[in-house]
Amino acid sequence: MAKHAITVTVNGAPRKAEVESRLLLVHLLREEFRMTGTHIGCDTTHCGACTVLLDGVPVKSCTVLAVQADGRSVMTVEGLEKDGALHPIQDGFMQEHGLQCGFCTPGMMMTGYALLERTKSPKEDEIRSAISGNLCRCTGYVNIVKAVEHAAAKLR
Amino acid sequence: MATLRTTPEVGGMGHSVKRKEDPRFIRGQGNYVDDVVLPGMLHMDIVRSPFAHAKIKKIDSTAALKVPGVLAVITGETLEKYKLHWMPTLMSDTQMVLPTEKVMYQAQEVAAVIATDRYAAADGVAAVEVDYDPLPVLVDPWKAIEPGAQVLRTDKPDKKDNRIFHWEVGDRAATDEVFAKAPVKVKQRIYIPRIHVASIETCGCVASFDKAQGKLTVYMTTQAPHAIRTVFALVAGHVGLSEEKIRIISPDIGGGFGGKVPVYPGYVIAVAASVVIGKPVKWVEDRMENLQADSFARDYHIDAELAAEKDGTIKALRIKTLADHGYADAAANPSKFPAGLFSICTGSYDVKQAFAEVDGVYTNKPPGGIAYRCSFRVTEAVHAIERMTDILAQEVKIDPAELRFKNFIPPEKFPYKSATGWEYDSGNYAGALKKAMDMIGYADLRKEQAAKRAKGELMGIGISSFTEIVGAGPSKHFDILGIKMFDSCELRVHPTGKALARFGTKSQGQGHETTYAQIVAEELGIPAAHIQVEEGDTDTAPYGLGTYASRSTPTAGAAGAIAARKVRDKARKIAAHLLEVNEDDLVWEPGKFSVKGAPQKAKTIQEIALAAYTNHPQGMEAGLEATSYYDPPNLTFPFGSYICVVDLDRGTGEVKIRRFVAIDDCGNIINPMIVQGQVHGGLTMGMAPALLEEISYDENGNVQGGSFMDYLVPTAMETPKWETGHTVTPSPHHPFGAKGVGESATVGAPPAIANAVVDALAHLGVRHIDIPITPEKVWRILKEKGVAE
Repeated sequence: MAKHAITVTVNGAPRKAEVESRLLLVHLLREEFRMTGTHIGCDTTHCGACTVLLDGVPVKSCTVLAVQADGRSVMTVEGLEKDGALHPIQDGFMQEHGLQCGFCTPGMMMTGYALLERTKSPKEDEIRSAISGNLCRCTGYVNIVKAVEHAAAKLR
Repeated sequence: MATLRTTPEVGGMGHSVKRKEDPRFIRGQGNYVDDVVLPGMLHMDIVRSPFAHAKIKKIDSTAALKVPGVLAVITGETLEKYKLHWMPTLMSDTQMVLPTEKVMYQAQEVAAVIATDRYAAADGVAAVEVDYDPLPVLVDPWKAIEPGAQVLRTDKPDKKDNRIFHWEVGDRAATDEVFAKAPVKVKQRIYIPRIHVASIETCGCVASFDKAQGKLTVYMTTQAPHAIRTVFALVAGHVGLSEEKIRIISPDIGGGFGGKVPVYPGYVIAVAASVVIGKPVKWVEDRMENLQADSFARDYHIDAELAAEKDGTIKALRIKTLADHGYADAAANPSKFPAGLFSICTGSYDVKQAFAEVDGVYTNKPPGGIAYRCSFRVTEAVHAIERMTDILAQEVKIDPAELRFKNFIPPEKFPYKSATGWEYDSGNYAGALKKAMDMIGYADLRKEQAAKRAKGELMGIGISSFTEIVGAGPSKHFDILGIKMFDSCELRVHPTGKALARFGTKSQGQGHETTYAQIVAEELGIPAAHIQVEEGDTDTAPYGLGTYASRSTPTAGAAGAIAARKVRDKARKIAAHLLEVNEDDLVWEPGKFSVKGAPQKAKTIQEIALAAYTNHPQGMEAGLEATSYYDPPNLTFPFGSYICVVDLDRGTGEVKIRRFVAIDDCGNIINPMIVQGQVHGGLTMGMAPALLEEISYDENGNVQGGSFMDYLVPTAMETPKWETGHTVTPSPHHPFGAKGVGESATVGAPPAIANAVVDALAHLGVRHIDIPITPEKVWRILKEKGVAE
């Protein structure tokens, strides 16, 4: 199968890869780049465990081809912490008990991060709407909403 | 906890200590099974049947073996050579690993492809050609028990029908006699549909066989690693796998809820492939495989009856149930309990006579009967009694809260012996219901409902006052394949006063690394931050039966406390030696022993730990460690009262949960933050089957609800803002009075919601609606009653 040479900027650093046309972005990240913080939960774009930011916009990386990310910028959960300091969204999830098994958490945090890039003081229904494409089976969402609110307050 | 015995720095019982597992998860540094990569690792993918019942005429692997990267295709014939094509289930039934003759359900494993990467393995699956001869499909369990129905398990030479087991409890004759004389009788058929736990991480493993050492290591999404090791040794002993050469590692697990207790065929095939090929093999199922082939939960057809006085006093309960187990009984119940703990069906009420029976039946559906975040069929039992209680209230025209108060087992009757043979440890049911009613403003809600009804608006209030039975269990009754259901802790205190505690359970998000550390902190006064908790590696952790059925705190948590107390006993001897006093002259407070009457003469646990390795008394062994294998004297009986308020949309039939108040009583609380998180999650997994989730089948056995396209897991949009609270009634027999909480809300929430919806429609003559209560079901009722907008 034909291979394509691509360059993707991941968390600020350019990364090169030779990929098949059909390789999914999530597999590029997890298996080629060995960044396993982005998880796979459903393959049908419903669960959001694989959410990353593509040029700042949340996408489900199980339904984006790696070649579609060529020349673009991807941010993953591994890019949240800067110089040893947690991003407020990470701290919010820990302080508000917004995670249990931790499997949906990276995708959930990336969606929350993108929401807070768009709006400084989201209301509860805005947060719920923003994360409605990210499934969590453990928390019942109440504390995830609080975690995003916690981060919003810290960022303001 | 009424009072905190430790400081926040120590973080014992009752402190909302932040979780120790979070720093790795919020950095994306968890280690889940699909994150495991070993040198030379191969990938496995599975060919699955499109038919629910069919003969396999031929499997042609020729084209698949030509696909670049494909190394092998494994079929039932391959496994038959090693006698590994069938395996036992946890219920001592048998289940195919890969078929040699016929398939019994849609999505059943037919063959496995081993390849160099996951894409090549998927290409190989697409290229395997299977020639099927479809057979008549038996989907309906009622048809499956009819005389003359085709016999599905033709692999069992003596099998003449589709019945799996008959189980009963209680006094049939005495119960029938009460019913014959009772002035009030109510009866209802209640179907509790097939659902799936759908943890966000699916199931999978990496099997790695080291030929030189003859050692098999399996990284596996399992809630019960030790039991799995023993099962592997028993099932594959004849091909040379010996238990000391098997290591099961449960890495971080992305949710379990009961779905990661059984052994699935994929695990066995991956292990066989690794043993034969001599390289690591990874298998991780996709979501559709997970929903369509892994163990389902529930699927109980219940006929329930209550006998009562005219004033609503319950006299007797009678239940007859048909349990659809699919083509094999692959439930994960304790061996002596084919219907799990369904006999908790008398619930929170002082029911003098009860009789319940359950018949298990085979159909052309996936095997199972596991729990969905509940302790062995407790949800089914609670749904039945809580729905029946409301139906009785409706019949005798008494408010459902009042009817419950009238029938609750009173606090002074504990320990209470139930008509089905259980000894409830402790409870204050009226206290929990009263607190819930006060919190939600019950009386005002009833007034509001009456006013709304007068205007034609549909509002309902539903109550559920549930009692659970968890923490299996006393070994005299409870075992899985003969292994007693104790659990364990091995505790070592290091010279610098820090500790390592290993347990036989396995967290899947419950936060054991934090709560177990708090238990040890409470008992020894060593800060929870200094206690490293480990589970899930059978080479290092003590043997235990695993985490499910809310058993971790009742069993392994208890073992942690007992091991810590053993350590404390030795610490006392060392302190007496150091302080040159008699042991009896010492007083313990968390973290130190001091001399009676001379509190300035004291030794901290850290000083004692150092002495245990540097200055221990003559004649005493060095070191400071202890092990406990805890066999609980009884189960624990968490309870609670939930109240739900719903508004129904007369145009769409949509059920909107306006408020939901949950008062739980799980005895003494280790970590309030984690308990609240467990209740939030449990409530959401209670709402899910009440309103959204169902896996059904058409007449050809085609699955409906086999992907997240049509299996509706709740999102943040449907999930209400849960309101929670507690009463505290400690368990009298548990070392620190705890009961377990992980599943209470999943058990208690569905009837509260169903009762609320029925309540909204009760004045129109509606008495029962089966879950899930979808907008379509409600809309049809509204249409039939002439009130749809």
